[in-house]
Amino acid sequence: MAGIGLLETQGLTRHFGGLRAVEAVDFTLNTGQIHALIGPNGAGKTTFVGLLCGRVPVQAGTIHFDGQDITHMPAHLRVRAGIAYTFQITSIFRGLSVFDNVALAAQRPSRHDLGAATKHILHQVGLESQINQQADTLSYGHQRLLEIAMGLALRPRLLILDEPTQGLSNAEITGFKALVRAVVPQTTVLLIEHNMDVVMDLADQITVLNMGQTLATGTPATIQANAAVQSAYLGG
Amino acid sequence: MAFGPFLLLALMEGLVTAAVLALTALGLSLVFGVMRVVNVAHGAFFMLGAVGAWFVTEWVGNPPALGFALALVICPLAVGAIAALANGLVLKRLNYDPEATIVATIGLLYIFQQMALTLYGPDARPVPAPFSFRVQLPWFGYSGYKLAVIGAAAVVLAGVWLVLNRSKIGLVMRATQIDREMAQAFGINVDRVYAGVFAMGAGLAAVAAVLIVPIQQAHYLMGGDPLLLSFIVVIIGGLGSLRGTLVAALLIGLSDGVISVFFSPTLAKIIATLLVALVLVFRPQGLFGRQVTR
Amino acid sequence: MNGQPLKPWLAPLALIGLLAVMGFVLPAYHHNNMARILVLAVFAMGYNIAFGYTGLLSLGHALFFGAGLYAAGLAINQGGVTAGLALGLGLLAGGGVALATGVLALRTAGVSFMIVTLMFAQAGYLLLLYFGAFTGGDEGFVVARTGRVLGGFDLTTDGPRYGLALGLFTLAILGQTAIVRAPFGRVMVAMRENSARAQMLGFDPFRTKLIVLVISGLYSGVAGAAYGILFGYVGASFAAIQYSILPLLWVLLGGSGTVLGPFLGVFIMFYLIDLSSSYTSAHLMVVGVALLVLVLFAPRGILGGLRKRWGTWLA
Repeated sequence: MAGIGLLETQGLTRHFGGLRAVEAVDFTLNTGQIHALIGPNGAGKTTFVGLLCGRVPVQAGTIHFDGQDITHMPAHLRVRAGIAYTFQITSIFRGLSVFDNVALAAQRPSRHDLGAATKHILHQVGLESQINQQADTLSYGHQRLLEIAMGLALRPRLLILDEPTQGLSNAEITGFKALVRAVVPQTTVLLIEHNMDVVMDLADQITVLNMGQTLATGTPATIQANAAVQSAYLGG
Repeated sequence: MAFGPFLLLALMEGLVTAAVLALTALGLSLVFGVMRVVNVAHGAFFMLGAVGAWFVTEWVGNPPALGFALALVICPLAVGAIAALANGLVLKRLNYDPEATIVATIGLLYIFQQMALTLYGPDARPVPAPFSFRVQLPWFGYSGYKLAVIGAAAVVLAGVWLVLNRSKIGLVMRATQIDREMAQAFGINVDRVYAGVFAMGAGLAAVAAVLIVPIQQAHYLMGGDPLLLSFIVVIIGGLGSLRGTLVAALLIGLSDGVISVFFSPTLAKIIATLLVALVLVFRPQGLFGRQVTR
Repeated sequence: MNGQPLKPWLAPLALIGLLAVMGFVLPAYHHNNMARILVLAVFAMGYNIAFGYTGLLSLGHALFFGAGLYAAGLAINQGGVTAGLALGLGLLAGGGVALATGVLALRTAGVSFMIVTLMFAQAGYLLLLYFGAFTGGDEGFVVARTGRVLGGFDLTTDGPRYGLALGLFTLAILGQTAIVRAPFGRVMVAMRENSARAQMLGFDPFRTKLIVLVISGLYSGVAGAAYGILFGYVGASFAAIQYSILPLLWVLLGGSGTVLGPFLGVFIMFYLIDLSSSYTSAHLMVVGVALLVLVLFAPRGILGGLRKRWGTWLA
């Protein structure tokens, strides 16, 4: 396989009762790329990234991050190792200010220029004018951007974005795409996305999940040409 | 007294404790099971039952059996009505938020306790037993009334079991317990079920209190121990499990009796409270529960 | 954080100044009451750090207060130590017991956490009764006068007593302000608001909450020790469930998660109970009614409600 794997899973499995949410998934994420994870609703995408970042306990299989076995590492240690996750359902601290939300993510390990770093990130996502607003007074699109800002503030090596463009306007999506392009290759991006325009535009690699299993992996061009993917997902 | 008879005595005392405890804990367990409410005022309902029994028997006078029989009917109904009122005025307004209801029932506990202090006073007063005969065993004589308490508790428990498992009321309660919204969609009046369950839970505590008060005396602070022991029973038995509650009540009642007789009642409670804390930490489904009920 | 760095210190400093002046003008009866209120406010601040800022709804803080109270009282009476050392021992006892409790109780959350802390505190209370020969049981004991002297000042007299109470209060409220204004304070609030999300920012919920509980225990322990030393009595009733409920009530009343709320809550509740006990023996009715009214109509408490309306400068 080409490239250097930043993250690799082998036989990664998670069942919920009788439901095989994730079933024996082998997956490699190349350093410095934007990798999209697509598939129909209920394909197991969110469970899969939940396993990667430690929100969901692994049932079987292994996860290696940068050569280190993190299969059973607690979530907060994975974050410290460099895996950041932004939530599908916006999960900001609603009662805190925009500044405090981002500062929380930026302050560990402790840094003396916290105020400047926080403002820099807010400038990056375009929220610097809302810095003192309480987070729950932001519009939905701005809350999504705040969520992404928190991810960036962690200075991750791997940024996992779970449906980041859901509910964003076209202008906001354009801004988002520029934002993601700017963080690679220092940061590797794993993107769960339903908006195919965004996926085809951004992704270097695409993995298609269906019924908890990998259906195909490849470049946007090969995925678009793949017959199995077309019948299962793209609607042929 | 030799060890054997002494142990027998301890076990019999434990059985009386267990019988009353099973009733009280069952009330707490029902309320938690159906409503997900941790009712800290449960011991206060117990106390109200006992204090009420004193008022009723005092008012009737002779014969004591008549007053006692009346108390056994009136007190649970009255306490149940107070509970239903508290449910409507307080718990319902909090939307049964788990943490807020705990704080609120602590408030209710103080209010009931201080009301009893005002109306009934600070003294402990006896309530005459409805009958007094002793069962003469080869080694010692034993109160016939205490044996009757065990019997009466068994009858009430069987009745509750029938209601829960063999009647429409029980079915409605279980439906509400499993899925509140679904029950509502099927036309069940959830508000009424909650009021009824809260009243029934408090009523069970009052029945237990009326049964025990000829042995124990009524006092406005008497609610603490039954509350603590019921908590212990409900948690060890597994929250919301009727069978677990009974098994745990038997276990706690008997061991409380034995440890109290041979060592000290305080030591028995220390062991029980620590046991509860450790069960919650390491085995939250209870010692006898199967499902994880978090 | 952002904004002027001095602003959050103005309100506590103004309060300290006011209290210092009152030390010279209060009549004897209220002088003694105020000293009690100041010590209990230290306890309330400890509770506020855990519950108000971090969301740890403990029903067992009497255990930490009692640990400090008995550590100081027994060290003075049995070990003949000085008041200063006894205060230190009380501080450590509160923190140590909180650490041991937290290691177990923090494996649970929500309602389970409430019940586990309640049970541990109850076990602690019962242990005091069980070892009555050593602890004085229900009746407690009077703290020896030799242990009620600090730096030559007789703590049984009004001035030094008020002085020590105010000194402790000052350290406690400035400490509380410093903690909640530090980056760690932001993590505490994050744990209260959404601990699963905070974990996804790299913070260990268990470790954070354990540190908070230990700080809370240190506050509670030193408050217990000071209460025993200043007012001369150590008894099991201070370790009973009521002293777990009261800090919750104080903090709810004054405003949870505010710097001045704990003091305000203790002040109001103390005088409410004091006033009502001159009319009725059922003066704890006030506690029950206040709990109900707060949880039903004003869950933010007095300062929390004002802050919501008039901005953050107050609290």
